[in-house]
Amino acid sequence: MDGIYLDNNATTRVDDAVVAAMLPFFSEQFGNPSSMHSFGNKVGLAIKKARMQVQELLGAEHESEIIFTSCGTESDSTALLSAVKANPEKKEIITTVLEHPAILAQCSHLEKEGYKIHTLKVDEKGRLDLDEYARLLSDRVAVVSAMWANNETGSYFPVLKMAEMAHAAGVLFHSDAVQAVGKVPIDLKNSKIDMLSLSGHKLHAPKGIGVLYLKRGVRFRPLLRGGNQERGRRAGTENTASIVALGVACELAQAAMHYENTEVRRLRDKLEAGILARVPRAFATGDVDNRLPNTSNIAFEFIEGEAILLLLNKFGIAASSGSACTSGSLEPSHVMRAMGIPYTAAHGTTRFSLSRYTTEAEIDRVIQVTPGIVAQLRKISPYWGETGPVAEDKAFAPVYA
Amino acid sequence: MWDYSDKVKEHFFSPRNAGALEDANAVGDVGSLNCGDALRLMLKVDADTQTIQDARFQTFGCGSAIASSSALTEIIKGMKLDDALKVSNQDIADYLDGLPPEKMHCSVMGREALQAAIANFRGEVWNDDHEEGALICKCFAIDAVLIEETVRANSLSTVEDVINYTKAGGGCSSCHEGIEEILVKVLAERGETFSPHNVELPEAAKPAKLTNLQRIKRIESVLDSVRPQLQRDHGDIELVDVDGKTIYVNMTGACAGCQMEAMTLQGIQEKLMADLGEFVKLVPSRAGSLSRAASRP
Ligand SMILES: Cc1ncc(COP(=O)(O)O)c(C=O)c1O
Repeated sequence: MDGIYLDNNATTRVDDAVVAAMLPFFSEQFGNPSSMHSFGNKVGLAIKKARMQVQELLGAEHESEIIFTSCGTESDSTALLSAVKANPEKKEIITTVLEHPAILAQCSHLEKEGYKIHTLKVDEKGRLDLDEYARLLSDRVAVVSAMWANNETGSYFPVLKMAEMAHAAGVLFHSDAVQAVGKVPIDLKNSKIDMLSLSGHKLHAPKGIGVLYLKRGVRFRPLLRGGNQERGRRAGTENTASIVALGVACELAQAAMHYENTEVRRLRDKLEAGILARVPRAFATGDVDNRLPNTSNIAFEFIEGEAILLLLNKFGIAASSGSACTSGSLEPSHVMRAMGIPYTAAHGTTRFSLSRYTTEAEIDRVIQVTPGIVAQLRKISPYWGETGPVAEDKAFAPVYA
Repeated sequence: MWDYSDKVKEHFFSPRNAGALEDANAVGDVGSLNCGDALRLMLKVDADTQTIQDARFQTFGCGSAIASSSALTEIIKGMKLDDALKVSNQDIADYLDGLPPEKMHCSVMGREALQAAIANFRGEVWNDDHEEGALICKCFAIDAVLIEETVRANSLSTVEDVINYTKAGGGCSSCHEGIEEILVKVLAERGETFSPHNVELPEAAKPAKLTNLQRIKRIESVLDSVRPQLQRDHGDIELVDVDGKTIYVNMTGACAGCQMEAMTLQGIQEKLMADLGEFVKLVPSRAGSLSRAASRP
């Protein structure tokens, strides 16, 4: 399909070189890496190479710190459940309101099992209060989980600092870095991060492959028990083709790191400035000076996100929204609500997430098309008058269910 | 991407009757804070004929909210007010060749705006009694608030009860965990604990709906069938009232207050459910328990 794909935080296109690298592992090299015969002879070696490619991108000290899993969600669940099982006497967990459901849903499940979950709040830009965090750290806490970069706004949490604080308090630290890996330099060997999750499909590898980084020496309890794969830490025959793919994707991401942080960033900034200059009553959400180079999340006031996406889609432009209606739940994005974005803006938040494949022409096209779409929807919005929001005295104040 | 019908897409991309209606004499403003939709419906009503001459809308909402608003205005134009009041959210959804279950609330909003606008024209105050929660059952589009209220109002205690009362959970059964969570919460309010077990889904084919009279006759014949046994124990049972799914009876004579009463009631209730093919609750009526108290030595 020929279109303008600006939804790379949702998932990415698998790089052609990645596809080429994984194909032999469906055919000639289909063997089981654990087998003794020659049908799998190259497989074990290929997995080892992939492990080292991941290790390199993460700056991990040892290749054995890399555990391949089936996805980011599995890595997140494994990290949380391992931490609580390995520390049965500790009954508290610290996390943040902005986490992905892969963390939040698991935490609320643990809450039902009797754990006390401390959910750190954020300010209007999505920033944490580290004093609040410091006060909560204690020997009752089994694990802290904080994301490296937020999937909706791209904003960073100060995870390196938070990991040091946790370490000093003797508490395990996990980071969901699914959105960060491949977009920002990471050097785990010089950090106090104990566990970290990544997901292949966010960095041009296929869906259904992930990694849990586990610092050497950190106590661990597997989620899946069975064979001795991944040194017994994640049983189940390896997804060889996807592991090889992820390795190649990590190498490509490493090579593109500079481009990502210069050229992709420039295009993102151009897109955001271009739209904000042309659309009144719109603003960028999140901690805009401290975020991923590829993400721009813009709130268009008084219109609703799904309607924006449907119209953008008509022009072949793919983006995503924090609107309630795109999720199937009735709630607007928990990220926008946690930052206190008023609901008439929260429902109109639209996320544009670029990749190294995004071109200048595509960005120009989106800048050109978006103002018309916003104007078209505002024209039929009860909150919007001829040229701006309805005046205070005539304000639209519906009866709310 | 939602699986929208072509009709929904068409009404979204080219909405009919969008924008302000200058000489409107009936306006309904409704919204749903949670789902972020809001709708202003403006009507021009001919006071003599009580007919809707023109209808326009302004909507803050998703694709199906805009399409539902557009459909609503098309449906009601030219209608008499009393007929318009009969337009249901299902009519709006049908007009659009259906809406995804998660989006049915968009059509509900349309119907509410219509009721609000007509109330506004008639100088009445319209009160919204509809509260929305997170969608639990995707097969039948039933939300948490409805389930919770039904569980509370009818003292339900099992997933089967919830299926029978609300239909929620009667389809693919993926939402049973969510239903159980609601049961755990409401049962705890009553000081009870939820006891989990595997759910037997009801048979697909249900007997045809009975009229009220047929239903009462069936109930009486079931009671008649157990009466000889009760009379053998020097007791009796009589039907007091039928209120929806609740059947009130009087237990008299030796049965009343006897230790076996609860068990007897349960046995009769099961017989009734098997015969009627629906969930019912058999409750000893207040009058019954009063006379029982009085007759106690
Ligand atoms: C921050 C974050 N964590 C976890 C996940 C889940 O990853 P996966 O889809 O591989 O399970 C995602 C992706 O949606 C994400 O953005």
